Amino acid sequence: MPSSRTVGLVVNGESRSLDVEPRTLLVHALRDGLGLTGAHIGCDTSQCGACTVLVDGRAVKSCTMLAVQAEDVEVTTIEGFAPDGVQHPIQRAFVEQHGLQCGFCTPGMILTASDLLSREPDPDDATIRRALKGNFCRCTGYQSIVDSVRTAAAALREGDAA
Amino acid sequence: MIPAAVEHVRPETLDEALDALTDPEAKALAGGQSLLPVMKLRIVRPSVLVDIGRLGLGGVQLGDNELRLGALATWDTLESAPELKRPSLAALAGCAAEIGDLQVRNRGTLGGSLAHADPASDMPAVVLALGAEVVVRDARAERKLSAEKFFLGPFTTALAPGELITEVVFPLVEGSGSAYAKVEHPASGFALAGAAAHVTPDGKRSVAVTGVGAHPFLLPADADPLDALTEAEIYGDRFAPTEYRRHLAGVVVRRALDRARENMEKAA
Repeated sequence: MPSSRTVGLVVNGESRSLDVEPRTLLVHALRDGLGLTGAHIGCDTSQCGACTVLVDGRAVKSCTMLAVQAEDVEVTTIEGFAPDGVQHPIQRAFVEQHGLQCGFCTPGMILTASDLLSREPDPDDATIRRALKGNFCRCTGYQSIVDSVRTAAAALREGDAA
Repeated sequence: MIPAAVEHVRPETLDEALDALTDPEAKALAGGQSLLPVMKLRIVRPSVLVDIGRLGLGGVQLGDNELRLGALATWDTLESAPELKRPSLAALAGCAAEIGDLQVRNRGTLGGSLAHADPASDMPAVVLALGAEVVVRDARAERKLSAEKFFLGPFTTALAPGELITEVVFPLVEGSGSAYAKVEHPASGFALAGAAAHVTPDGKRSVAVTGVGAHPFLLPADADPLDALTEAEIYGDRFAPTEYRRHLAGVVVRRALDRARENMEKAA
């Protein structure tokens, strides 16, 4: 039986160490080990994107990465987006544009949008939809989500402080 | 779902990784975008994962006569690499951009996808049409396999136990054009039918299809590709029965050839 081991993770800028089995998925390490329940488990089959986090700034499904693979890389969860209770511009845009209904998919949507906007500050709607292909909203609020990302892009371009 | 219990090692060097892969129950873990989902379903239960993700095998090297892509090059790397922004290699970047979703493209790798050999995965068609060679190594030796001899069946390749893909090498043809086209399953994103085409100024053409058979395959060079499809053994399922899939294959072959020719004209 493979033994558990201690891995060092850097989550939301903070060094954390955690005992995990090699098979432990990053999403379980975040939720059960570190209490960061903003990464949601929606499908279990690597399709829905609700568990999306940033790994070195890039969107990754945390259910499709082992915790041991995340050793010594920077992981950002939705909790890291509003460190002092001040909403990030992408979060504000989702509130303004009604980009969430039940909210289950929202952390993943926001983190994927963050990856997109770090590469493309002024995406058109087709580019936004393409970037969000791996994030499912079962309330089917996609139009408002696209509006939210477009609004967030404008806010970030205007230098709205993150 | 949680994978079955497994050991995990992260070798510091390629030689150490190849040594660890001599264990017949070991599996190489690259980006994990194919392997981890099947481990979660417990379809695959290796005893040890040899984590090659940090071995630095992800380079893109464009030479005078060939392009060398490291096995760990991600789809995102291929989609955005400036070296691939040329008409002859447009199939590579275009195909990478259509794989999976953003999250998958950030982690998924060229070598991992070829080794996994899903019969509906996209990139094998491009590797075939561009006449690439797959460089593989085990603890003793290195060998090169032509793409045509690499794919043997569903999830089955010519890789021997203990072998690891290290690089894929593409010959460069002056003035050529290439393209990839697919009709994807709207839920999974996998190709119901995909085609890669490569056309050269001397009138040669190479076309490969994926998603339509037991493994991706080249259409015969000496026949009209659409005629060849009428003879080919085509797979059917509840999403796309055989004759519909054969029709889709014809559509994507025509699109890939048209776009490859357009790209060749851009090169001229």
